[in-house]
Amino acid sequence: MNAIRNGFASHAPAWGAWVVLLLLLVGYFAVHPRGLTIDSASIWSNQVTALAFVAIGQAIVVFTRGLDLSIGAILALTNCLASTLVSGTPLEIAFGVAAVIGAGAACGLINGFVVVFGRIQAIIATIATGAVFTGIALLIRPIPGGSVDEGLSDILTYDIFHLVPSSLVLLAIVTMIVWSPIRCGLLGRTIIAAGSHVQSAYMSGLPVHRARIVAFVLAGIFASFGGLFLGLQTLSGDANSGIPYTLNSIAAVVLGGVPLSGGAGSVLGVFAGAAIIRTLGGLLFFTGISPLAQPFIQGAILGIAVAASALRLLRTRNQLEVFR
Amino acid sequence: MTAIVGSPNAPARIVFISTLLLLIVTGLYLPQFFSARYLLQQLHTAAFLGIVAAGAMLVILLGHIDLSVPWTMTVAATFSTAFVSAMGNGGIGELGVVLGLGIGAAMGLINGLGVAVLRIPSMIWTLAVDTIARGICVYYTGQYIVKSQPDSLMLWAGQGKLFDSVSMTVVLWGAISLIITVLLRRTLFGRYIYPVGTNETAAYLSGLPTRRVVVAAFVASGMCSALAGLTLAGYANQAYQNMGEPYLLPGIAAVVLGGTSIDGGRGRYSGTVAGVLLITLVGSILSVLQVPEAIRQIIYGLIILAMLSFYSRR
Repeated sequence: MNAIRNGFASHAPAWGAWVVLLLLLVGYFAVHPRGLTIDSASIWSNQVTALAFVAIGQAIVVFTRGLDLSIGAILALTNCLASTLVSGTPLEIAFGVAAVIGAGAACGLINGFVVVFGRIQAIIATIATGAVFTGIALLIRPIPGGSVDEGLSDILTYDIFHLVPSSLVLLAIVTMIVWSPIRCGLLGRTIIAAGSHVQSAYMSGLPVHRARIVAFVLAGIFASFGGLFLGLQTLSGDANSGIPYTLNSIAAVVLGGVPLSGGAGSVLGVFAGAAIIRTLGGLLFFTGISPLAQPFIQGAILGIAVAASALRLLRTRNQLEVFR
Repeated sequence: MTAIVGSPNAPARIVFISTLLLLIVTGLYLPQFFSARYLLQQLHTAAFLGIVAAGAMLVILLGHIDLSVPWTMTVAATFSTAFVSAMGNGGIGELGVVLGLGIGAAMGLINGLGVAVLRIPSMIWTLAVDTIARGICVYYTGQYIVKSQPDSLMLWAGQGKLFDSVSMTVVLWGAISLIITVLLRRTLFGRYIYPVGTNETAAYLSGLPTRRVVVAAFVASGMCSALAGLTLAGYANQAYQNMGEPYLLPGIAAVVLGGTSIDGGRGRYSGTVAGVLLITLVGSILSVLQVPEAIRQIIYGLIILAMLSFYSRR
């Protein structure tokens, strides 16, 4: 009974996060010098997209009760790869994009193998693989530079028929094609089950190992879309671009209502979490608060948002519930 | 169980032996590695990481993690050096060290209360505290003209030499190591850390003060980070932004390389010391060989993976 109620509540796409996001958006476009136009909406969407990709990837690993601390490094690696491969003739560009996504998937596969078959805890294993990925990114691009096809960049960073920002559409389509079919199938349910109670899932005959590996591969794929999109935004590659993304993606996951203990949550909430972080940054910028104070305010709001999750303690009937 | 997994001290021994082998093999090609001066210099470099890792280990033994290390170091160093330059060296300025350590303890207290009382996952709460501390530091140093001047105590801890050979930082690291070892083996607090890290619910039901143990461990970790920041400021003659960044992940890696389980409940302090020595030596060898940063990162990652998969196989 309790489990059913919890299950129902915890898979809702984090309504709290959406309410906060909508309030922030109202404020954002109210103080935006140009108001709500398709251009300002596209710019907002472009700022959100790369982090949203990475955060959704991170969330899928968190569903399994894992954590991918190499996800920023995968973003940097694929970003550098995009800055060397995604240019030239349409065929070359298509090959480049495929190679970038493939590299992300390969990084994820390595993470999955190390964690599942190497039996190393995800936190520390991905710190190590992250160092390796950063090294490879530095080999590809020792100093920031390179180029990304401007035509593709224009298509994906502006808008579609002056109606919707194309980056938002890209994000929605990729998430629907890559994650939705898996989420609805056996593998997606196993991903959630592995995070909920791994022994029970294993004893029920679910492919737990495969699900955990697939979760890391999906994280790699989503991170590579993040890296590709960052390349389209900046038209270059930078091996150090991934550092803030790892921690921001964890923050987005938590703000989006996904518990770090796994087994629950939805990617829609995670999108809201990522958008909150980016919108807040933009909002502080436009309100003209001293730039020096912005990092503090951003940190304080993150802290308060995280601490708000402690409100559930007020509802506990038994001291022991606290320890779960 | 212990018979199958091997002695709990095994990882420390393995890491010590690999460090020694590495030193000998490299020394055969590059004789300067055998000189006492070089080895003492390496110990000095290792000591900063060692102090951070000592604090990180207490938290990791509880199954938690302290991501606020970088800005605890920086904030403690920035504010205490600013205090010293405002108050003048000598006299009341000598309290700068106390201020720095107090900041570290306060940040540790905030970390601990959030994790133990509010039950926020340590990974996200310490990250939030780190971000807020960075915000305060950025605002303060940007808003006011902040001079950074370490006092004589910090200079002594960072640059001083005992008998003209052993750096005072190493002596400090040794003292902290002694305290942590005694703490973990001989005090109630230390003995409580292991059961709380293994299963907090069971520990609570057994009547252990689990909240107090968690808070105390975070306070200790915060003070270790602050101490590392103060000595580093003494060594570099100033506090600077991002001074703590290179210590966060290597600190965690050193603890885990030494055989402490990141899930908590298992680990010996000797392993952490061995892990710090190995990481420092590898870094030093790679920089002597002038290996580019890219290859260095790759080798660094592969070593952690190799050691850890070796532990998990046994």
